[in-house]
Amino acid sequence: MLAFLGRRLLIAIPTIILISIFVFTLQKLLPGDPVLVLAGEERDPAVLEYLREQYRLNDPIIVQYFTWIGNALTGDLGISLRTQEPVLALIGQKLPVTIQLAVMALIIAIAIGVPAGVLSAYKKGTWIDWVANVVALSGLSVPNFWLGIMLILLISVKLGWLPASGYRPFADDPLDSIRVMLMPAFVLGTGLAATLMRHTRSAMLSVLKSDYIRTARAKGLAEHVVLIKHALRNALVPIVTVTTLLFGELLAGAVLTEQIFNIPGFGKLVVDAVFNRDYAVVQGIVLCTGIAFIFMNILADAAYRVLNPRMRDE
Amino acid sequence: MALKKNLALALAFGLAATAVQAQDLRIGLQDDADVLDPDQARTFVGRIVFESLCDKLVDITPDLEIIPQLATGWEFSEDGLTLTMTLRDDVVFHDGTPFNAEAAVYNLDRSRNLPESRRASEVSSISGVEVVDATTIRITLAAPDATLLAQLSDRAGMMISPAAAETMGLDFGLTPVCSGPYSFVERIQQDRIVLERFEGHWDAANYHFDTVTFLPIPDTTVRLANLRAGDLDMLERLAATDLTSASADASLETAQATSLGYQAMTINVGNGERSGGPLGQDARVRQALSLSIDRSVIAQVVFEGAVAPGNQPWPPTSPWYNADFPIQERDVEAARALLAEAGYPDGVDITVQVANNPVQQQVMQVIQAMAGEAGIRISLEAKEFATLLSDQTAGAYEASQVGWSGRVDPDGNLHQFVTTDGGINDAGYSNAEVDAFLNGARVSNDIDARRAAYNGASAILMEDLPLVYLYHPVWIWAMETGIDGFVPYPDGMIRLAGLTLTE
Repeated sequence: MLAFLGRRLLIAIPTIILISIFVFTLQKLLPGDPVLVLAGEERDPAVLEYLREQYRLNDPIIVQYFTWIGNALTGDLGISLRTQEPVLALIGQKLPVTIQLAVMALIIAIAIGVPAGVLSAYKKGTWIDWVANVVALSGLSVPNFWLGIMLILLISVKLGWLPASGYRPFADDPLDSIRVMLMPAFVLGTGLAATLMRHTRSAMLSVLKSDYIRTARAKGLAEHVVLIKHALRNALVPIVTVTTLLFGELLAGAVLTEQIFNIPGFGKLVVDAVFNRDYAVVQGIVLCTGIAFIFMNILADAAYRVLNPRMRDE
Repeated sequence: MALKKNLALALAFGLAATAVQAQDLRIGLQDDADVLDPDQARTFVGRIVFESLCDKLVDITPDLEIIPQLATGWEFSEDGLTLTMTLRDDVVFHDGTPFNAEAAVYNLDRSRNLPESRRASEVSSISGVEVVDATTIRITLAAPDATLLAQLSDRAGMMISPAAAETMGLDFGLTPVCSGPYSFVERIQQDRIVLERFEGHWDAANYHFDTVTFLPIPDTTVRLANLRAGDLDMLERLAATDLTSASADASLETAQATSLGYQAMTINVGNGERSGGPLGQDARVRQALSLSIDRSVIAQVVFEGAVAPGNQPWPPTSPWYNADFPIQERDVEAARALLAEAGYPDGVDITVQVANNPVQQQVMQVIQAMAGEAGIRISLEAKEFATLLSDQTAGAYEASQVGWSGRVDPDGNLHQFVTTDGGINDAGYSNAEVDAFLNGARVSNDIDARRAAYNGASAILMEDLPLVYLYHPVWIWAMETGIDGFVPYPDGMIRLAGLTLTE
């Protein structure tokens, strides 16, 4: 296991370097001058030139890249052009928010998606399957922003049960923090639940057809033991893959949901940064989420090995 | 007797209600502010935060008159080259540093000389500032500058603690220290900015909230939903289309003020190759375009009437408006005749770039339809704002739909856009007469002479039309019922003096 992890980590290094080059060059290809945005309405040429010099935007792109990556290696991701806060501090501020949202959304998604998938596979072709499919499809097709605004109008404005938006740090008041994030997590989670339900269903269907399930049933095992212990456990490998990928995606920021519920997470940060051409922030975030994605993948591979003993020897 | 008792009870309750009134005022902003250093800041919402955080040398009235704030009085010398200001003697910064002539000189020098200063161009007429005595400063000007006091009523006139500025350097904006009615507590980017009442403020009795929290919520629907849900006490920039429903809501109140700014189409008349088309080369084509537009239709269709139609850099209600050139009626026949006279009897094709937000695109679609009837076929190019801006600066456009947030002094709405060396002359317009008028208006302190100069310039500009003005946005604030004493200002700021909230 350790050797496997070590190998995967080594492979991750060139991937991260590639990501960094990619982000850096793509970003410079964007039209629009960061200094112009930075200058705001007053566009004094002397100030523009000064800012270009200060942020080294006049250097050749290769030099800019090595300056950035060199600093990044020492833990300095630069400062935000817009607010002058260090990018690393910004990431440190936003990451816990996004992780909390992602974890809560994922818990909701798993709690809905996996049982629904198991049930609809088990009851394939019945009305239960049909209902589960319709619910899943609507979960997938109802746009997040619409559901979000409708929920705000109903739950917050009409009923006054939950705050309409905002964020409360978990450390300040865990219960209130969860309460404030319930609606956005639900909006995100229902969308993901649909994806999970579809994957669980198809994985379960193929497992339920296999010989060992028939054998298990022939042995006279209780149906729920067959379903949970024999079938679901084997169907879990693809489900874990999807879940980790979804989690990775959530870490990159649930842009729309964060926008609607005004959650100061990665999504909002990166969107604002792109529109303001706040290069250092975009680069820092993409690099971080890239690393997070790779890490999640390694974690998924490790999870396979835990779940499926046959993969441990590979 | 019973009546008296009841009255006394009611009074007691009333007092109790005032005593325990909402300690925190939560204000929803459309954007997140940028760096909170008055010399480096550039966003509109940043100015709203500064309004509570930092005092300025002078302030404005809703009618745009300059009134004292930290400066108690001022006087220009006969030749207009010296401005002497007397200052309050009871002001301290949030860190305890006293405010005095020395601090004021430090601040004006910082605005002028800090390399990162965005204020340098606003105070470029100043050639020197010196301390006369503890409460008097003397500002020397390189040339008379009629706009200076207006500049000092905004960020250029904001006073920050010299001690804090020295220690923090360029990071001052992370924990700003000023002398305003509220002091800085914390900021979480894109989430909140929290200020608390500064007991040492010279006018502290006039500020009634213990804390003020600014919450950036960019989506207008969500911002309004938060107000309705009671998570906000007030918000700025209610969408015009939400005005009817907000006014009908008994738990909400709204306030409005016509802004100092405008929305217009900037025409490329001399900024590189793209100015070579009929629109850029022939003023008659631009006049035809302007004539083809019914500005009140834009106001009704897109904004449900909540903007002021306009045709000059300042609104028709402004004392600077040139009454000889009222908004023209739409006249399709006259527009066609002008096109034919210019040699385009079959009409012209033009491309207009517009920011990719729904409201500005709707504005342009309405114009597209109206101009089309006059034979001006518009194709729209929707661009993300940063791209639009750099294309406009570089001259990579034929016409561009953009706006300006507006300035207190008329100079700020016109000079830099149409004078030959103007900093934002993206149209590439150049006319020696206009230059002379506008440069003259800048150096005169005589209102009538200034008005004559602006009228002279607008007479030419209405012919040449390097900018086709469309309308003046209206600031709309919405707040919960119970907020009293809110005064709408045309600069769109939120001034908290005298504001109370009874729940």
